[in-house]
Amino acid sequence: MAHHDPHHAVPAAHGEHTTHVDHTAMGIEKEHPTWGTYWKVAVFLTAITIVEVWAYYIPAWVNSRAFAPSLIIMSAVKFFTVVMYYMHLKYDHRLFRALFTGSLVIAIVTIIALLFLFGKIAIRTGALVS
Amino acid sequence: MSHAASLEHGQHGHAGGHPPTSTGLDHKKIAVWAFIGSECMLFASLISTYLIYKDRSIKGPFPHVACNPPQCDVARPAILDIPVTSASTFVLLMSSLAMVLALAAVESKDLPLPAGAGAWTRALRSSKLWLFMTALLGTVFLMFQAYEFTSFVHEGLTIRTNLFGSTFFTLTGFHGAHVTAGVLWLLTLLAIDFKRGLGPNDAIHVDIAALYWHFVDVVWIAIFTLVYLIQ
Repeated sequence: MAHHDPHHAVPAAHGEHTTHVDHTAMGIEKEHPTWGTYWKVAVFLTAITIVEVWAYYIPAWVNSRAFAPSLIIMSAVKFFTVVMYYMHLKYDHRLFRALFTGSLVIAIVTIIALLFLFGKIAIRTGALVS
Repeated sequence: MSHAASLEHGQHGHAGGHPPTSTGLDHKKIAVWAFIGSECMLFASLISTYLIYKDRSIKGPFPHVACNPPQCDVARPAILDIPVTSASTFVLLMSSLAMVLALAAVESKDLPLPAGAGAWTRALRSSKLWLFMTALLGTVFLMFQAYEFTSFVHEGLTIRTNLFGSTFFTLTGFHGAHVTAGVLWLLTLLAIDFKRGLGPNDAIHVDIAALYWHFVDVVWIAIFTLVYLIQ
């Protein structure tokens, strides 16, 4: 676990002045991104959303087997971009990462297990047998 | 002193003093992350229920395919309106940007403005502006959802019509309730900001509200793909 000076005030992104933000209590281990990064992330998220919706209107793509996996991958990229940059999980204390990641893994495993249980997804073994 | 009273009087952080914790981290922030973890599981159960019952409705309307008699009283097109939902998704994504700018504005409030700072730089430092924008965009998202729900009901889809209706309204309704709670939380922060001003000592309170708001956003990212786009 990283050690912090409880009275430490991290210099602000814009220069020599300091803020009175309690970085230790907030679990900030690395300096948070600047406004410029937040805008770039917003443009990136918008671009992926446009690609997702655009893919929805291409019949050949919709009918291909890659459609659902490609959308899930794009959605996951958006999900983790927000979590890492806007929720600052990339910059904050590892305990927060553990709390979120642990719960998220349980949630995803639960979804997959239930989909298997109710026959919505299945592993095809026929190709291996032949 | 209660949390609300503490926030009202601006007594927190090391200056006003929460007692030291064994981790050195603020308990409120740990609690919010634990809460978000539990919310992940809640929405996982709702999403899995939706996916399990997807395509098992006997009676229409259906989400992605047209419905003809006898499955519907009259012929109806696919009920999901992707352009409208895409617009509401964009609105929620932009609200996350506004939220993170609000937090940055609160954190940097005591920094002097650079010499010759323009209107844009001043706007970036305005926590009131960004908190208001976040609440406004959240409200616009809720209006989109109200429009969608109303149009569905007019087209014959209610929570009792079929399996799709039951699981869809439960999932998106729960999400909408979370957005509503988030908007109320933001408006409370905005009221405090107008009353006495939010400064760096309040950053932890804006931070935990921001975490909740971003979580609501990431849940919608999953719902938009799994419910609306994947056919």
